[in-house]
Amino acid sequence: MTSQPKTLFDKLWDAHVVTPESEAAPAILYIDLHLIHEVTSPQAFAELDARGLPVRCPDRTKGTLDHSTPTLPVTANGQRPYVNDEARAQVDTLRANCARFGVELFDYDSPQRGIVHVMGPELGLTQPGQTIVCGDSHTATHGAFGALAFGIGTSEVGHVLATQCLLQRKPRTLAITVDGELGPGVGAKDLILHVIGVIGVNGGTGHVIEYRGSAIRSLSMEQRMTVCNMSIEAGARAGLIAPDDVTFDYLRGRPRVPQGEAFDAAVARWKAFRTDEGATFDREVRIDARDIQPTVTWGTHPGQVAAVSAHVPGSDDADEAKARDYMGWDANAAVAGRPVDVVFVGSCTNSRLSDLREAAGVLRGRRVHPRVRMLVVPGSEQVKREAEREGIDRIVREAGAEWREPGCSMCIAMNGDIVGAGQLAVSTSNRNFEGRQGKGARTVLASPATAAACAVAGEITDPRPYLTTLPAPHAAAELETA
Amino acid sequence: MQPLTEVVSRTIVLRERNIDTDQIIPARFLTTTQRKGLGKHAFNDWRTLADGSPDPEFPFNRAENAGARILVAGRNFGCGSSREHAPWALTDLGLRAVISAEIADIFRSNALKNGLLPIVLDERIVDDLLEQPGVELRIDVAQRSLTLPDGRVVRFPLDAFAQTCLLEGVDQLGYLLKQGDAIARFESARDAQASQTREFRHAS
Ligand code: SF4
Repeated sequence: MTSQPKTLFDKLWDAHVVTPESEAAPAILYIDLHLIHEVTSPQAFAELDARGLPVRCPDRTKGTLDHSTPTLPVTANGQRPYVNDEARAQVDTLRANCARFGVELFDYDSPQRGIVHVMGPELGLTQPGQTIVCGDSHTATHGAFGALAFGIGTSEVGHVLATQCLLQRKPRTLAITVDGELGPGVGAKDLILHVIGVIGVNGGTGHVIEYRGSAIRSLSMEQRMTVCNMSIEAGARAGLIAPDDVTFDYLRGRPRVPQGEAFDAAVARWKAFRTDEGATFDREVRIDARDIQPTVTWGTHPGQVAAVSAHVPGSDDADEAKARDYMGWDANAAVAGRPVDVVFVGSCTNSRLSDLREAAGVLRGRRVHPRVRMLVVPGSEQVKREAEREGIDRIVREAGAEWREPGCSMCIAMNGDIVGAGQLAVSTSNRNFEGRQGKGARTVLASPATAAACAVAGEITDPRPYLTTLPAPHAAAELETA
Repeated sequence: MQPLTEVVSRTIVLRERNIDTDQIIPARFLTTTQRKGLGKHAFNDWRTLADGSPDPEFPFNRAENAGARILVAGRNFGCGSSREHAPWALTDLGLRAVISAEIADIFRSNALKNGLLPIVLDERIVDDLLEQPGVELRIDVAQRSLTLPDGRVVRFPLDAFAQTCLLEGVDQLGYLLKQGDAIARFESARDAQASQTREFRHAS
């Protein structure tokens, strides 16, 4: 029997259609996993209450606390240092809602609590072939496992809580193929920033992206998550990478995946979630990995990117001029050499163990420049534990940076971790919008290696010399004896 | 949701492209657990001068724009975060329609659930509207049409389902709840296949 070749997206879509779309109505799409957090869920639970509805599938719903949670430890008198009473009330509201509706919550006392998109994969809740949603646009992260994962609004959070379904029109497909080998010191963050620079912040609007090609295949699971995470920054609601042995090896043994023979059976099924030979996409873009340099943003959206070694554009396009003005750049200024005030390593884009290792590799035996305040915020309790086991916390502290409790922190700056007005932050997060990290704050997005190198140099700098040369011998010796 | 059949209003204009939801409602105002009252924080960081006083030039601060119900904005409006607080803030300001040459997916979906009509028009028409703030427009939801100041009538795309919801004030959750049988059939078919559903439940 021959059937039409299908894309990975088509297979995921078809497997979850409860009723197909028609001219008159969108498809009803079944949702396997619904992740919730304190910021975008309270009004959805209020809607359930107003209608007297239960949560249809509490076992498919998982909650965490991440966005408005403090990253400073509990104070001596046992208080969490919330930024304000509203933030505390938001957390308490999610707790109460999860308790009332029977939803599992990864609360402060859970060894698994974390940023929603770090925690899901870590626990193995995220699995190939699933549909996953969350009231958060970076839900695309989970697409790295070959799951159809996308962000939704709060009304839709209510829809999924009540019906486990969403009304959806089928999006179009965009293949982004990255072939070739990434150069030394060039990572997943550079890759995705480069891609967004090529296709634009609206290049993926209306589409689901599938990332393909040899450069994508060679990425680790954590790097693939970094890539898929920023799909929304190109306007795409979802980004996908077909599962392969890298995926299965990552998932094997995680607490919420099937174990033993059941795992092998799952893998056999998961293997079908790949684009068939001969399947066609609505659009295709090809990128040569060798063109990718350590890349940062210079402007006020993630499509305004430049290689660290390049210059800010000098065009008189009104939006570019406005972005330059906000960021405090002269036209045609060199990106490297700009003084830096704050460095943030964290967020669901770059707060997993490999990201922290990358930053620590640069910091080891070095000092953060006296001008710079640096925060390192692990993405989850588990990342924090593992990093501490490896001594990463010590490297961070000895370099003069702050080691914090897990959470979104300075990525969204709603918990009190903010960048001051006019300050320049080099950040491993995903958004450099005006004021994203605090009113008047200026954000340069970068990889963990670049961010750490900037912290040491006190200015925007190419990370590669920091990766290939060893720190001053006396510093290294000190560390060994410490 | 209140039905929306027609909007007649002068326009208020924000010319910038790529206006993201962090501009529409900055994250520090997201600690609320309510939907209401967010209008006062809309465009917070664009509305005030460095000293914290209102910027008299900012369109939403200008007296002649009070009561405007139609926003015309540069390309790719509403990009960024999925926060529904963005359309909540805009409707709280009294807006009922946003016109742009391109509107981000999640914002568009969120807007439609809150009686805020996202209208995508040809770039040339939008550019004209961006050039002449304050013109009066008439939007007819049933006809999917918009009457320009010179009397020309242009059509805009609007999903048939979204149109019905707007015209009749249909609530989408109500619609989904009526599909309970179909959803239950889907669930039991998957359970019978011993597919992911079961496994997922075992595992958790
Ligand atoms: S880390 Fe940032 S982007 Fe990720 S979920 Fe938290 S706020 Fe959103």
